[in-house]
Amino acid sequence: MKQGHAGQAIPHDSAIRHVSGTARYVDDIPLPLNTLHAMVGTSTCAAGHITQLDLSAVKSSAGVKAVLTLDDVTGHKDIGPVFPGDPLLSTGEILFYGQPIFVVAADTYQNARRAARKAKIEYTPQTPLLDVKQALHQQRFVRPTHIFGQGNAQAAIQAAPIQLHGEQYIGGQEHFYLEGQVSLALPTEEGVMVYSSTQHPSELQKLVAEVLHLPIHAVTVEMRRMGGGFGGKETQAAQWACLAALLALKTQQAVKLRLPRADDMSLTGKRHPFWNQYTLGCDEEGKILGAMIQVVGECGYSPDLSDAIVDRAMFHSDNAYYLPNAHIVGQRCFTNTVSHTAFRGFGGPQGMMIIEQAMDDIARRVGKDPLDIRKLNLYQEQQTTPYGQTIEYFVLPSIIEQLEYSSDYWQRREGIKLFNQTASHVKKGLALTPVKFGISFTAQHLNQAGALIHIYTDGSIHLNHGGTEMGQGLNIKVAQVVATEFGVDIERVLISATRTDKVPNTSPTAASSGTDLNGKAAQQAAQILKARIAECIATEYQVPVESVEFVNNQVRYLGGALSFAEVANLAYLHRVSLSSTGYYKTPLIHYDRKAGKGRPFFYYAMGAAVSEVQIDTLTGEYKVLRVDILHDVGTSLNPAVDQGQIEGGFIQGMGWLTTEELMWNQEGRLLSTSPATYKIPAISDTPPVFNVALLKDHPNGVATIYHSKAVGEPPFMLAISVWSALRDAISSLSHYKMSPRLDTPATPERVLRAVLESRAHNP
Amino acid sequence: MIQFLLNDQLITLEQIDTNTTVLDYLRLHRQQTGTKEGCASGDCGACTVVLGELNEAQTGLQYRAINSCITLLGALQGKQLITVECLAGERLHPVQQTMVDCHGSQCGFCTPGFVMSLFAMWKQQPKPSHEHIDLALGGNLCRCTGYQPIIKAAQALGEYATDDTFSANAQTTRQALKALQPASHLALSYQQQQYFLPHTRAELAELCLHYPDARLVAGSTDLALEITQNLKELPCLIGVNQVQDMQQLDVLAEKIIIGAARPYSDCMEVIHTYYPAFAAMMQRLGSTQIRNQGTFGGNIGTASPIGDTLPVLLALNAEVELQKGEHIRLVNLNDYFTGYRKTVLEKGEFIAAVHIPRLQAQQVLMVDKVSKRFDDDISAVCAAWVLTLNNNVIECARSGYGGMAATPARALNAEQALIGKPLDHTTIQAAQQALAHDFKPMSDVRASSWYRMMVAQNLLERMSLSVHQPA
Repeated sequence: MKQGHAGQAIPHDSAIRHVSGTARYVDDIPLPLNTLHAMVGTSTCAAGHITQLDLSAVKSSAGVKAVLTLDDVTGHKDIGPVFPGDPLLSTGEILFYGQPIFVVAADTYQNARRAARKAKIEYTPQTPLLDVKQALHQQRFVRPTHIFGQGNAQAAIQAAPIQLHGEQYIGGQEHFYLEGQVSLALPTEEGVMVYSSTQHPSELQKLVAEVLHLPIHAVTVEMRRMGGGFGGKETQAAQWACLAALLALKTQQAVKLRLPRADDMSLTGKRHPFWNQYTLGCDEEGKILGAMIQVVGECGYSPDLSDAIVDRAMFHSDNAYYLPNAHIVGQRCFTNTVSHTAFRGFGGPQGMMIIEQAMDDIARRVGKDPLDIRKLNLYQEQQTTPYGQTIEYFVLPSIIEQLEYSSDYWQRREGIKLFNQTASHVKKGLALTPVKFGISFTAQHLNQAGALIHIYTDGSIHLNHGGTEMGQGLNIKVAQVVATEFGVDIERVLISATRTDKVPNTSPTAASSGTDLNGKAAQQAAQILKARIAECIATEYQVPVESVEFVNNQVRYLGGALSFAEVANLAYLHRVSLSSTGYYKTPLIHYDRKAGKGRPFFYYAMGAAVSEVQIDTLTGEYKVLRVDILHDVGTSLNPAVDQGQIEGGFIQGMGWLTTEELMWNQEGRLLSTSPATYKIPAISDTPPVFNVALLKDHPNGVATIYHSKAVGEPPFMLAISVWSALRDAISSLSHYKMSPRLDTPATPERVLRAVLESRAHNP
Repeated sequence: MIQFLLNDQLITLEQIDTNTTVLDYLRLHRQQTGTKEGCASGDCGACTVVLGELNEAQTGLQYRAINSCITLLGALQGKQLITVECLAGERLHPVQQTMVDCHGSQCGFCTPGFVMSLFAMWKQQPKPSHEHIDLALGGNLCRCTGYQPIIKAAQALGEYATDDTFSANAQTTRQALKALQPASHLALSYQQQQYFLPHTRAELAELCLHYPDARLVAGSTDLALEITQNLKELPCLIGVNQVQDMQQLDVLAEKIIIGAARPYSDCMEVIHTYYPAFAAMMQRLGSTQIRNQGTFGGNIGTASPIGDTLPVLLALNAEVELQKGEHIRLVNLNDYFTGYRKTVLEKGEFIAAVHIPRLQAQQVLMVDKVSKRFDDDISAVCAAWVLTLNNNVIECARSGYGGMAATPARALNAEQALIGKPLDHTTIQAAQQALAHDFKPMSDVRASSWYRMMVAQNLLERMSLSVHQPA
C-alpha cells in the first residue's frame, strides 16, 4: 500500500511535534554557556539627524558586555536586499521613528532591553513625510515610475458612453507571525553559524558575510522552521541576523537577538498601503472599453522589494477582466516610515482592489448586479493582458458557474433584497469575486531551485531543498514528491533543517513558488538516483534497465524484486553514489521592462469566493455569515494542506480588509504595536458557514510538478469578496443606486461613515 | 516559600526574582520551551498553560487555562501547573490527536497554546458546542489556519477517548495538592524584592499599612505588563489570591457582594442569573484566560476608562468596600474615580469587595459594547443603562459609559432627558442629543472622537430596541 504519496491528504510532517510542544523554533534552541542577548536602541523621531549620541548609561547598565554602532562595522554598512538604502544601523540620518541606532549585548534579555532604553540621543528633527499623496505630489520616489498598457486607453474612455472615476486608500497590514523575528549567532573557527527565522537563508548568509567582511563560505545559516513568515521574514530577518553575528564576532560569544512583540511591530516593514485611482469608459451594458489605472505604493524609507511589489500590483490591477485599452501606472513613494516589504500576495491584492471597486461601481451605475458586470468583463481564452501575456487554460468561467450554483447565489440575492427592505437597522450584503494570480517571481533569476538527496544503506532517505518551512506544508509536499518517485512510504523520507551548506544560492521561499520550484528540483534529484540504481540492478541481474520500477517499497525488475533497503545496500556495495543534487529553473518566462511586454508568469492560479455579510447601521459592526470558495490548485499534491492554505489565506485577507488597522501618529510613531491594539481575526470571526472546495479535474495546463498549482498567496485575495459584500450591504441603503467609497481596513467606524453617506443619497 | 506541582513534580520556591512570569520560569529556569511567547501581554494565547486545583468544595479537580506570560509565580501557590509537554502519556492526548487528525496546526507556534485551551475546555465539556469552542479559544490567536480546522478538531472531540492520565491520576493529584504546604507570609524574596501572600484580610490590611507603596496583585492581567512591556521592577508585591475572606460571593436580598480577589470566572454563574445583559458582555471581557485570572477588584483598582465592568457597575449604582487598617468604608463607585486612573483610594487602603444592588422588578439592565473585533478586544465604547419602567414611563435612569472620558462616567444630561418620559423614539432622540453635552471623547488607536460619540448615541437606540424586543 502506498502511504503518503502525492495527492494524499496526510498531516503536516511536524504535526505531532507541534501539538506536543517539541517542535523547536530558534528561541527554543538550548544555548551555549554565556550566551549574550542583544537589543537595539531606536530613534524617537521620524526624520532628522542625530546631533548627540551619548551611550555611557547604556554601557554602564547592568550586565552589558558590548555596545556597537555603525562605526563598528568593518564590512558593508548597507544591507539593502536588491537596491541600497537600508543601513544596518543609523548613519546619523534618521529615516523613520524607531530606526535602530545602536545595538547592545548583555547577559540577559531583560538587561539588554533595559540598557537599550538608556541612551541619551539628541536630534535636529525635520518634518516627516507621512502622506502618500504629498509624496507623489513632491515626486519623492524610492524607485522610478513604471508604465505599461495596450491599445489607446484615453481615446477609448473619451469615446465611451459612460465614464467613471474612483479612488481608494488601501491600508497596510502587520504580518503578525506568532513567532517574532529572532536570530542566534555562534562564532565558529571560520566565521559564524547563524540560526534564524528567515524565509531567505541564502540572502541572509550573503548579507552576514558582507557585513562581517568574510567570504560567503565562512557563514552558515540554518533554518528548521518558522512560526509564520507571510513575507515578513523574506528580507527583514536579515538585520537581526547581521547584528547578532556582528556582536558574536566582537565578543566571541553566542548572541541571540529576539525582538519583543512591540519592537517587532514598530521596527519591521508591513504590507504596503496603496492609494489607487481608476478612470474608465464602458458601454451601457457595463463592458469596459478602456481603463487608466494608477497604483501608488507607500514604500517607506527605502526600496527593499518595493519595485517588484508595485510591479505586481500593476500586473494584477486587471485581476480577471479584459481591458482592451489600458494604461497602467505604478508609483513607488517614499515616506518616513518602516520600509514596507513582502506580504502574501506581494502587491497583487492591492492592485486587484482597484478593479474590483470599479466592477461594483459600474454595476451601480448601469443598474445591474455586480456579478453580471464581473462575468461580462471576464477574460476569454487568447485575449491579452495589459502587459502582453496571453490568457490560457482559463478556468474562471467554469469556477464561477459552479460557484453560482453551489452557493445558490441568485436565490440568496433575492432573499437579501427582501430582507433589506424589511429589516430595521440591520442590512445584508452579498458578493462574488474572482482571483487570477500570476505564478512566478517577476525577477526572472529567482525562478530556480536546488535539492539534495542522500540514500543511506538502510534505505532511509534524507532530503534537503532550498525552500523554508513556515507552516505552509512545503516540506511534506516535497517529501511526498520524493516518496512518490521512489515508490516508498513517506516515513522513509526525512527532511531536516534548511541549511546554506546543503543547498547553496537558493531563492527566498516566497511568491507561492516553494513547491513548484523545490518539488521539481527534488524530483530531478530522485530521478538521477533512480537511474543510477536501475543501471546497477540491470547490470547485476542482467535485465533490461527499462524493466526496473520503484513501487511498494520495493525495486522490481524482470524476474525479481528487492526491498528498497536491500537495493540501497546493493548499490553501495557496487560503488554507486547514493547522493545527488537536483536542479530546476522555470521555463518560458520573460519580461521586457522597457517595452512593458512579456510573459512574466508561468501560469495563473485561480479561484472565486462568495461572501455574505450583515452590517449594523447604528454602529457599523458587521459579521460574515457565510463564505463559499471554489479554488483551483491543479492536481493537488496534498488536499488537506491546500485546503488549509485556502482557509487560512482567506481569513488573513479578511483581517487585512476589515479589522487590522495600522495607525501612525503625526510624529510618525506607530500606535498599534501590540495585539491589544492591532486586531487580527479571532476564532469567532471565522464564518459560521465556510464551504471550501478544490476545483476538480483540472490539472495545471503547464508542466508543473505533477500538474499541481501554487496555493500560498492566491486564496488571500478571495477575501475581497467580504469587502465587496460590505459595500453591497451599504449600497442597499441607497437602493443600490450608489456605492460609497469604503477605504480599508473597513473597520466598523469606516462602515458607519459609508452607511451615512449612502443614506444621504436616499433621503 | 510557595509550593506547587509542575506537572507531577513538587516544586518549592523561596529565593527567586519575584517579578518572574510563569512563562519565563518555564522557558528560562526549567528549560521547558514547549510553551511559547507570542506577545508577552496576554493578548495572543501562545503561552497558555493550565492550572489544576481543588474545586471550591475540595472534592474534585478543576482545570483552567491562563496566560503564563502575564502570571507571576506567586499565583502558582497550591496549584498544579500543567504544560504542553506533559499532556501525552503513551499516546497523544485526545485534544492533541484531534488537532493532528484535523490538520489544526500549520506553523505550529500557536499550537501549544491552543492545545492547552482545548485541554481545559475538554475537562469541562468533553463534547463542546460551537459556543463553548468560541469562548474557550477566543483568547488564542492563530495566523495560519483561519481557525476552521481547529474548530473542526474541537467539534470532533466527542469521537475520542473520554479519559486521560489526569483523570486516572486524580486521586493522587488531589492528595498531592492537599499535601502542599500553605505559602509563608513572605512567600518569595530576592535581593531587595519581596512578594507577600497573606491569608486573611486582617493580614492584608496590616501589610498594606506597613508597605504603603506595595503593589497589590490579583490576576496581574494589567500589572504584569508593567514588567513585560515597561521593563519596570516592582520591588514589593502583595498577592491577594490566598486571602480567603476576599473570595466571597454573597447573594443577599438587596445586593450581591463579590470579594475583590474572586476571579471573574467564579462569578459568571451568579452574574448570569441576576444580570444576564452584564454576563453577555462579560463573555467578551478579555478572554477565558483573562477571566480565569482577572477580578472585579483588579478592574476597579486599575480604574481605567476602558475597564469593561466599570460602566456597568456605575449604572447598577455599585459601591466599593475599601479597607485601611481596621477601618472599612463603602464608597459609591460614582464618587470613587477622581481622574484618569486616579481614585479616592488612600495609601495603605485596599479594595476588599464590590457591592452590587440587585435589580428590582421594574428595572431593566442594558449593556452594550462596541469594538473593532468581537472577541478579546478593548471597547471603543461600552455603555450600560439601568431603567426603571412603570407602564413604559421611565421613572429612573442611571448610566455608565466607558471610553468616553478620562474615567468611566455617567451621562447625566442623557439620564435627565429620559426621566419621566415614555420610552419611545422621541425620548431616545432627546437623550441622544443630550448625550452630546455629557462627553467630549478623545480620538485614539481604537476609534475617533466622532465615532465614539455617534456610537454612544446610537447604542441608546439599539438598547431601547432590545427592551421592546426581548431576546
